[in-house]
Amino acid sequence: MQVDLRIFRYNPENGRHKPSFDTYTLEADPTDRVLDLMEQVKAYHDGTLSFRRSCAHGVCGSDAMRINGFNRLACKVLVQDVGNKITVEPLLGLRVIKDLIVDMEPFFENFRSVMPFLVNDDVPADGKERLQSISARERFDDTTKCILCAACTTSCPSFWSDGNYVGPAAIVNAHRFIFDDRDKAAGERLEILAEQEGAWRCRTAFNCTEACPREIHVTQAIAEVKQVLMTGQIK
Amino acid sequence: MTKQHQFEVVIVGAGGAGLMAALYASRGAKTAVISKLYPTRSHTGAAQGGIGASLGNLEEDRNEWHTFDTVKGSDYLGDQDVIEFMCNEAVPVVYELEHMGLPFSRTDDGRIAQRRFGGHTNNDTKQPVLRSCYAADRTGHMILQTLYQQCIKNEVNFFDEFQVLDLIISNGKAAGVVAIEMATGELHVFHAKSVIFATGGHGRVWEVTSNAYAYTGDGVAITLRRGLPAQDMEFFQFHPTGIMKLGILITEGVRGEGGVLLNREGDRFMNTYAPTVKDLASRDVVSRSMYLEIRDGRGINGKNYLNLDVRPETVNKYAELDGRINPDGSPYRVTGEDILSKLPDIIDFCRTYLGVDPLKQVMPVQPTAHYAMGGIPTNQYGEVLIDEKNTVMPGLYAAGEVACVSVHGANRLGTNSLLDIVVFGKQAGLKAAEYANGADFAPLPSDAADYTREQLDRFLNNKGDEKVNDVAVEMKSVMMDHVGVFRTEAGMKQAQEKIRELQARFKHASIDDKGKVFNTDLLNAWEIGSLLDIAEVTAASAVVRQESRGAHAREDFPKRDDKNWLKHTLAWVRDGKVDLRYKPVTITKYQPKERVY
Repeated sequence: MQVDLRIFRYNPENGRHKPSFDTYTLEADPTDRVLDLMEQVKAYHDGTLSFRRSCAHGVCGSDAMRINGFNRLACKVLVQDVGNKITVEPLLGLRVIKDLIVDMEPFFENFRSVMPFLVNDDVPADGKERLQSISARERFDDTTKCILCAACTTSCPSFWSDGNYVGPAAIVNAHRFIFDDRDKAAGERLEILAEQEGAWRCRTAFNCTEACPREIHVTQAIAEVKQVLMTGQIK
Repeated sequence: MTKQHQFEVVIVGAGGAGLMAALYASRGAKTAVISKLYPTRSHTGAAQGGIGASLGNLEEDRNEWHTFDTVKGSDYLGDQDVIEFMCNEAVPVVYELEHMGLPFSRTDDGRIAQRRFGGHTNNDTKQPVLRSCYAADRTGHMILQTLYQQCIKNEVNFFDEFQVLDLIISNGKAAGVVAIEMATGELHVFHAKSVIFATGGHGRVWEVTSNAYAYTGDGVAITLRRGLPAQDMEFFQFHPTGIMKLGILITEGVRGEGGVLLNREGDRFMNTYAPTVKDLASRDVVSRSMYLEIRDGRGINGKNYLNLDVRPETVNKYAELDGRINPDGSPYRVTGEDILSKLPDIIDFCRTYLGVDPLKQVMPVQPTAHYAMGGIPTNQYGEVLIDEKNTVMPGLYAAGEVACVSVHGANRLGTNSLLDIVVFGKQAGLKAAEYANGADFAPLPSDAADYTREQLDRFLNNKGDEKVNDVAVEMKSVMMDHVGVFRTEAGMKQAQEKIRELQARFKHASIDDKGKVFNTDLLNAWEIGSLLDIAEVTAASAVVRQESRGAHAREDFPKRDDKNWLKHTLAWVRDGKVDLRYKPVTITKYQPKERVY
C-alpha cells in the first residue's frame, strides 16, 4: 500500500530556522512499524532526518513521538493501526533540538528529583533475599513497567502549562517505591510530591494513561499517591 | 576545539555491565560513565527470562550443577575456572540485586521466584531445574532500572548521548577515550587511568536479529583498530525463537513455562533431537534442529518458520505426556491467567506485531541473531588480554557482552548473560578503581583526537554516490546466508569476498548530513564501518575452524574435533588482513565428552 508520511522538520543549522513539514510517499506493508517508514526515509530519501531509536520493539523508550496527534512509540505503531496518512511530530513541552529529537534533560531531572531508588540498608542476617509476599510485590507491579519514554509527561496539559511540574512519569516512579513494602523513604518522597510542583498539579486529564505504551494505569497511580498524601496511609 | 575531561575511571556504555562497574568503581575512584544512549535505553533492558543462580528456592540446586551445565552448554570451549567463579558468585550477586531493590517475582513463601530455562538441569536426574530468577518476563528491564536507580542514589557522573569513537593508548597503557557529544558534534577527550569497555554486542551484522539498532560492536571495532585482538568471534548465537521476519525475541521462558515448538505436521520435533530435555535443550541445538526441520520441508506451509505454542491446553497436554510435576509433587498444569501473569510482555509483543494472541493461537518463529560469545579477551577481573600468553594491558578493562572471559565458550546458556554482566561488571569496576589508585595518569598524546576526526571527515568529505545503507543491507544479507546457523567453506569464502568488496565500496560512501547537531547520519555510517570490520573478523575466524562446536555449525565438518580445535581463536587486523592465533582452553574438572540433551 501507499502511505503519505508527513514529518515535522527543524534543523537549527541549515536555514530551517522555521519548523516545517516534509511529506514522503512510501510503499509500505500494513504491518510495517512507523519506525520502519522513518528508517526508509532516512536511508533512501533524506539522511539528515534525525530521530532517536534503539530496541525497535517498545522496551527501550527512545522513540516516543506524536503520531497523528497522539504520543506513541514509533516502533509500537503499525501502519494498519493509523492508516495511510501519517503525521509525525516531536513530543510537546520539551525543547526541539532537531527534527524529532527533543531535549530530554528536564524530563530526567524531574525523574531524579523524586528519589527514584530503594532506601533500605537492612538486609537479612543470612545475607539472603528479603522476603516479600506475592501480594506485596503485586501492589506496585504496574509502576515497575515504566521505561521513561516521556510519552505520559509530554501528553499532560498541566506539564505543558508548567514545565516545573514533576509530571506523571516521575510520580509513577515515586509510586513504585512508596508502595514497595521494602522501602523506608516514603515520607521523604511524599514531602517532595506534596510541594507545589508535585502530585497536586495533576488534574486527572487521563492523557497520560492513554499515552503510556506500557499500559500503566498512570492516572490511577497518581491518584493513589494523592490518597496517601491526604490520609498518610499506604495501602 | 576539543574539550578535555579527566577522570580516574572512565566506563564506556551504561547497560548492566557498565552500571554495575560504575557502582563499584565510583566507591573508590573518580568515575564517569559515557554512553551513546540514555542509560535506561541500553539493550540489557530487552532481556526477558531471568538471571541464573542456584538459589534452590523451589527445589534442590547446586553451584556445581550450574557450573557443569554452563561448561556443557559452551560445548567445552568455556574456561572452566572462570565459569566456576561466575556460578559461585551468582547466588550472592542475585541477593545483592534484591537488596538494591530489584522487584523479583516471588514464590508462595516470599522468596525469589525461579523458572526453568534451556540447558539448566538437575545433574542427577538430568531433568530441567528451576534456576532462572525472574521478574515476570522483563528481568533485564528491572536489572537495568535498578542499577541506574542505584547510580542516581550514589551520584555517579554520566555523559549521556556521548558516543565513544576511539581508545587512547599511551606507552602501552590505556590513557582515555575520544567521544563525540551528539547534541553539538564536538569531540571530547576523556583522560583516564582506567578505561572499561561495556559497549555490548554486535548482532546488527545479521539481517534478522533480536538486537537493538545500537548493537553495533563499537568496543570490539575500536580495540581491533588499536591493534588489540578479538577472541572467538566465529561463535555468535542464534536464538531459536525470534518473531518471524522481525527477529524480536520471544523468551526461552515460554518453553520454560511449558511451551513447545511444532512443525507443519504438528509434531513436537524436539523430541527427536533432544529426547531428555526436549524443547529446553541449549539454544544452538534448538536453532539447528529448527533449521533442519525447515530444510526437510517441515516448516509451516513449507516456509522458513515454525510454530511456538504456549496455549494452556497445549502446555497441559505435553506436561501430562512428560509427567511434569510441581515441586510439591502435584501435576504441572497451567491456566491462561498463569501464562499472562508470567509472560505479559511476550503476549503484548505478539498482539502488537503479529496480531496473534498466544493464549489462543500459535506464534510463528525463526532463529534470530542474538548474542556474541566472542569479544575483547579478558580474565576474571575484566582485565583485557592482548596476546595468546594472556598478557594484561595496563588500565584497560572490558565486561559484559563486549568481553570474552570466556564463560560462554561456543554457546551461551539462557540467563547467563544477565549473570555475566553483573558478576564481571562488578569485577571490572573493582579492579579498575584499584588500579587507578596505584597508577599515575599516562601522558596524553597531543594528537589524541586526530584519528577520530580523520574517520569522521572522510564521511563528511566523500562525494561519491555509494550509499552507506546499500553497503549495510548487502553485508547483513550475505552474513545471514553464509555465516549464520549453518556454514560451509564455499559459503563463507563467498561471504569473505563480498565483505572485501563492500569494504572497498564503503571507503567512498557518502552521507547527506554534513551538520554538527545530532548528526545521526554520520554516526550511523561510523557504526556500519564497525560492523563491516566485525563481519570480516567473524568470517575469517569461522572459515578456518574446521569443526562444528556450539554455535559454529559446519555442514562440511559436522563433528566437534577436540584434538585439533579445543582452543580459543584470537584475531588481529593487521595491514588490512586478519591474523589468527590460538590459545588453550582452561579445563579444570570436566573433561570434554559428547554433548547430549
